Amino acid sequence: MSQAKLDFLETSKTYWNPHKTEFWQDAGIDLVIDKREGYCFHDMDGKRLIDVHLNGGTYNLGHRNPELVEVLNAGAKRFDMGNHHFPALARTALAEALAECTPDGLQYTIYGAGGAEAIELAIKSARNATQKRKIVSIIKAYHGHSGLAVKTGDERFSKTFLSEDTLNEFVQVPFNDPEAMEEALKGRDVAAVIMETIPATYGFPMPHEGYLPAVKSLCEKYDALYIADEVQTGLMRTGELWAITKYGVTPDIMVVGKGITGGMYPISCCVVNERAGAWLKQDGFAHMSTAGGAELGCVVALKVLEITQRPEVASMVRYIGDFARAGLDDIQALYPDFFIGIRQNGVILGLEFNHPEGAKLVMRRIYENGVWAIFSTLDPSVLQFKLGILMTQSLTEDLLRRMETSIGQARQDMLEMRGRKVS
Amino acid sequence: MDPQIAQLVDISQSQVAMQARAEMVLERARWASQVFQRYDRQKTMAIADAVAQAAHAKAAEYGEWAVRETGFGVAAHKTLKNELSSVPLVDYYRDWNFVDPRTDERTGVIEIPKPAGVIFALVPSTNPIATLYFKVLSALMTRNAIVISPHPAALQCCVDAARTLSEAATAAGAPEGIIQFLEEISLPLVDEFMKSEKTDVILATGGTPMVRAAYSSSNPALGVGPGNAPVFVDATADLKAAAGHIIDSKSFDNSILCTNESVLITLDDVASTLERELTRAGAHVCKPEQADALRSYLFHERGFNVEALGRDATWIAEQAGFKVSRNTKILVAPIDMIGVGEMLSHEKLCPVLGYFVANSVNQALMQARALLRLSGAGHSAAIHSNDTQTITDYAAMVEVYRVVVNAPCSQGAAGFATNLAPTFTIGTGFFGRSSVGENVGPQHLINWTRIAWHKDGGPIDSATMGQLKHPGPLPKAPADGVPGQSRPVSMTPPASGPHSTPSHDDLREQIRLIIAEELRDVLKD
Repeated sequence: MSQAKLDFLETSKTYWNPHKTEFWQDAGIDLVIDKREGYCFHDMDGKRLIDVHLNGGTYNLGHRNPELVEVLNAGAKRFDMGNHHFPALARTALAEALAECTPDGLQYTIYGAGGAEAIELAIKSARNATQKRKIVSIIKAYHGHSGLAVKTGDERFSKTFLSEDTLNEFVQVPFNDPEAMEEALKGRDVAAVIMETIPATYGFPMPHEGYLPAVKSLCEKYDALYIADEVQTGLMRTGELWAITKYGVTPDIMVVGKGITGGMYPISCCVVNERAGAWLKQDGFAHMSTAGGAELGCVVALKVLEITQRPEVASMVRYIGDFARAGLDDIQALYPDFFIGIRQNGVILGLEFNHPEGAKLVMRRIYENGVWAIFSTLDPSVLQFKLGILMTQSLTEDLLRRMETSIGQARQDMLEMRGRKVS
Repeated sequence: MDPQIAQLVDISQSQVAMQARAEMVLERARWASQVFQRYDRQKTMAIADAVAQAAHAKAAEYGEWAVRETGFGVAAHKTLKNELSSVPLVDYYRDWNFVDPRTDERTGVIEIPKPAGVIFALVPSTNPIATLYFKVLSALMTRNAIVISPHPAALQCCVDAARTLSEAATAAGAPEGIIQFLEEISLPLVDEFMKSEKTDVILATGGTPMVRAAYSSSNPALGVGPGNAPVFVDATADLKAAAGHIIDSKSFDNSILCTNESVLITLDDVASTLERELTRAGAHVCKPEQADALRSYLFHERGFNVEALGRDATWIAEQAGFKVSRNTKILVAPIDMIGVGEMLSHEKLCPVLGYFVANSVNQALMQARALLRLSGAGHSAAIHSNDTQTITDYAAMVEVYRVVVNAPCSQGAAGFATNLAPTFTIGTGFFGRSSVGENVGPQHLINWTRIAWHKDGGPIDSATMGQLKHPGPLPKAPADGVPGQSRPVSMTPPASGPHSTPSHDDLREQIRLIIAEELRDVLKD
């Protein structure tokens, strides 16, 4: 490690986040991201890494996608964040574009600055529309860290701040369990069910066939709204623009963030149908956000939607998904006692390892071999493997080669660990 | 077409946007080509055949469409060219093998074909559909992906034809996106495609500026130069047959093929007979003032008057200001010299033929060389003669790479009335500043990997070589949880082919437990 990096890490501990800075050093991930381009970035000491973390799809179109950089620069000659009180050209243009391309019935877009704010908006809108307070989410769910959003998730993130739900307004049920869902809903006191279409932070467990439509019909039966959190699964990552429509569900509210602005100028969007958006007609000043829907972000988002929907892109996603799967199947055949499963929809993949912390072992080894992917915080046996939707053939092949080497090494690590335990 | 999403800030004409557009199309082509390279010969040829048949079925429709859209040529002749560039083209190459290894019997070196990958193909307005058919089928026979860039004047018919071929290819099992096409053309966009590192080779057919741009792109290019073919009729020729061939050629598609004869050179002693035969066969031999009128109509300061491109003889005569019989097929314009200073000795993509009478065979040969010095070097020439020495002398003297004998040059040099390879890309070689001197065909779209043992090891018997693997299309990845698209995690996934393991998560969990148990046991021991 260079002296410059050592110095920088000290500064980071002094002024930014001492524990997080140290955590990664202890985990063997001595990463400080500097230059970035396409699906690669470079550590400040020069090491190149292929990014299959993508910050949960933020860099779906690659880091600093040239068209997004261009539109942001050009946009800055005309726009800034704008004034959130007034009708605004860019906010309305993006809202119209979203109404066009989101599932049937979704009409209005309410803006936030980040994903959690859009989740707040979704929950508040559902409560207003139904005049009920309860929110049902999935055990190990993750929807962000703000006041209401954090209560929908694992207590790992709320207890620290004494912000867990104490009023029993937030109920959690197991994923893929329609009976438990019905049990939670049948009191008819639930405002909304909120679900990531494929729960990312839980390692992308895939919904069973028919599960999501069953939840939707339970919502209808017991008068709750369905909030689809498409932050990590939307924007063509499943080969369709939104994962939720691929599973045959029309939600009442959809939350979009991260990739919608390609990591260039953050905004988030909560798209609601007429019922969920009732408050927009009654009291449009009820929620305000100065940075929400910043117009420069909207300009970038319009370009993201245009690029993402080009016919070549869906085709590329199929190629990337098929090619990656064929390669991963081969790797799995080499190490079947360690690499025990692949969860996949499009370029959303979860790689299952036969050790409670298997993904951490793999993460460390792939990092050494020039790949950055992250374990699932709420299930560290699963590695989140998130390929970009414009990945090139050669980079994908290079990635798989590095994965093969790394998984073999990680398997050896596991065997050695277990060997030590036994002896 | 790109989705219609209103952009408040329009960057679509920026260089960044052009480059991004090119890269996306070319990268999709790369994916398609990489998968196509997994196909075996049988599957490859089945795709080429299916596409050739789809092309053949629409030869007439597109022939008419091309004439309607561009104003060039004759629909019936275009139809014929389109037909020849579909099923017969694939038949011509059926015995070639661009997929399996071959052995150089002399050296024992074994060679494995490697497709170029991604071909960027320029299609001219003069022969749009035939060129498009030719390039697409050449790409498919060699397992390459192709991106078609039509000339703007022939955009609509080319887009429709490319779509037809693309759909036929996909239906026959080709990887999706193996044939792509530009629906909007601009020079900056074409430039981005040509210079992109994602383009493996440019197949450049078109005007000189475009071809030179292809060669200057920094990418490998197979390009053509302009034609300006001399045709020499000597005293031993069958004059009647010669006149017939020349008129067939010059009137074929109104001389829009760059292989058409530009100047007819003959000898004093047979000139009057030849003129009579030409007239009889449908030529109008111009008087000096008519030749002057043609010269000033056809050539402007900036060069050839494109208005006359591919127009018929009577129309051109009328535009030039004189009348000819309605049956006139070509206009023959006598000239006194060849070379700089005589505009009529430049290339004429219309049924107007320069006509020069020489007083000796030697002078005729020198005039033919002079014509090609002016332009058309490396391209084509024709001769009508029954003296094999004269034919040999002529072929040795003229700086071209194909000499058509006693046949129409338009069709003959392009391989349609001779045994030359059928093509719409005439390699003009070193004389014509090109990288290839033959009729370009599929064989130019692959390179061969040569496997060479130590000299002392001697040649290897090809029968003992390993098999080249052709696993075919990629298996479709599952979309877990989507009805009909799920695939359970199987512990020993097959390398390819459909997966049909039962869909039970319980089973998966059980297998996982068994393996974990086994592992523990192993470690305990």
